[in-house]
Amino acid sequence: MILLIDLCYREGSLGFDEYVLPVARIVERSGFETRSVHFHRVTVADFAGAEAVILCGTPLADNAFLKEQEAFLWLKTSEIPVLGVCAGMEMVCKTFGGLLGPCTEIGMTEIRVIGRDLVFSESLSFSAYELHTLACTYPGVLEVLAVSDCCIQVVKHPLRSVYGVMFHPEVRNEWVVERFLSLVRKERFSPRQ
Amino acid sequence: MKLGVLCSGGKDSLFACGRAMEKEEVVCLVAIRSENEDSYMFHTPNVALVALQAGAAGLPLIEVKTVGVKEEELLDLRDALILAREQYGIEGVVTGAILSVYQASRVQRLCHELGLWCFNPLWHTAQDEYMQELINKGFEVIISGVFSAPFDESWLGRRIDQASLSSLKKYSEQYGITLTGEGGEYETFVLDAPFFKKRIEIQEASSEYCNYRGFFRITGARLVEK
Repeated sequence: MILLIDLCYREGSLGFDEYVLPVARIVERSGFETRSVHFHRVTVADFAGAEAVILCGTPLADNAFLKEQEAFLWLKTSEIPVLGVCAGMEMVCKTFGGLLGPCTEIGMTEIRVIGRDLVFSESLSFSAYELHTLACTYPGVLEVLAVSDCCIQVVKHPLRSVYGVMFHPEVRNEWVVERFLSLVRKERFSPRQ
Repeated sequence: MKLGVLCSGGKDSLFACGRAMEKEEVVCLVAIRSENEDSYMFHTPNVALVALQAGAAGLPLIEVKTVGVKEEELLDLRDALILAREQYGIEGVVTGAILSVYQASRVQRLCHELGLWCFNPLWHTAQDEYMQELINKGFEVIISGVFSAPFDESWLGRRIDQASLSSLKKYSEQYGITLTGEGGEYETFVLDAPFFKKRIEIQEASSEYCNYRGFFRITGARLVEK
């Protein structure tokens, strides 16, 4: 089971339909079950049986989650694989010593892969859908795997399977979620939360 | 949160309106009447009748005309959203975008510029499930325009029911059309929705069709009790 965490400003918002459900469909098509929970309600029990966590994006105007970093403390200690999407990457960045700054991208942007990795396994560039007003300006302990002209686009923890992508892979780049899930399937990490 | 729904009169914007009503407060519809029948941004068949839909839903309507010049038409949308904020205090905008990055990113940019939230509740929805839900929830939707093969004239004015959905699914498999018409293969008009207090009755309509391109123009319609 893949745990999808909704980062929108309130539980049951319209953002859930737009930012959580499309990711859930990709995950389910890849053969995994999903469970969705709002970040206000995440408990240790939610991680039981979860093979990985995806932190989903939020509407462009919604940065409320950034004021509630204590709700994401589990990110630091859990060994479960994590994919942070947009807002999710911002939280991954903050958790691991990175810094965020103003940076607005709306629409398709060219991404350049600059690091080698199991998910971003080849040197390539691709177009991706962006929707953010903030971005990671300093990655802290995280490795930078891809960039755009505007900002850091993909980060990864050096020792753990924790990724952050600034773009929205559910739009035209489903392969990113699928490769992340392949990695999860291959390694079958055991959650230790 | 007070929301204005960008409404073309078609199924996607009105389904999105219904979804928004379940979760937030919808305070008005916003319609752009484009003179350009090939506008990338705004659907045109029967958009003049959005006023009837607004009446049926018991919602006020902000309506702005545009000549439909690419990119310039966004200035007219901007004016409409400013008007909706001034008159009804909207804090955000809802659209029925499903797959179009072109439309979605332009509305997102406009909302960002105006300090408004933007919601696309049908974004990358499972298209077959959505079409089925449309029927199951009691939306009465007709085809108001066709713009690609293999649609023939018989589709004009046809209701989207189980039989026509079955045909659309076949077309999707055989001809590669998007099931929802998001690729511009067909346009729709909503006569009734679960949140309508009255339904729209067509009194007069005409069809024009040539080479897989046709319009079902409603020239007379009224609200009737449900």
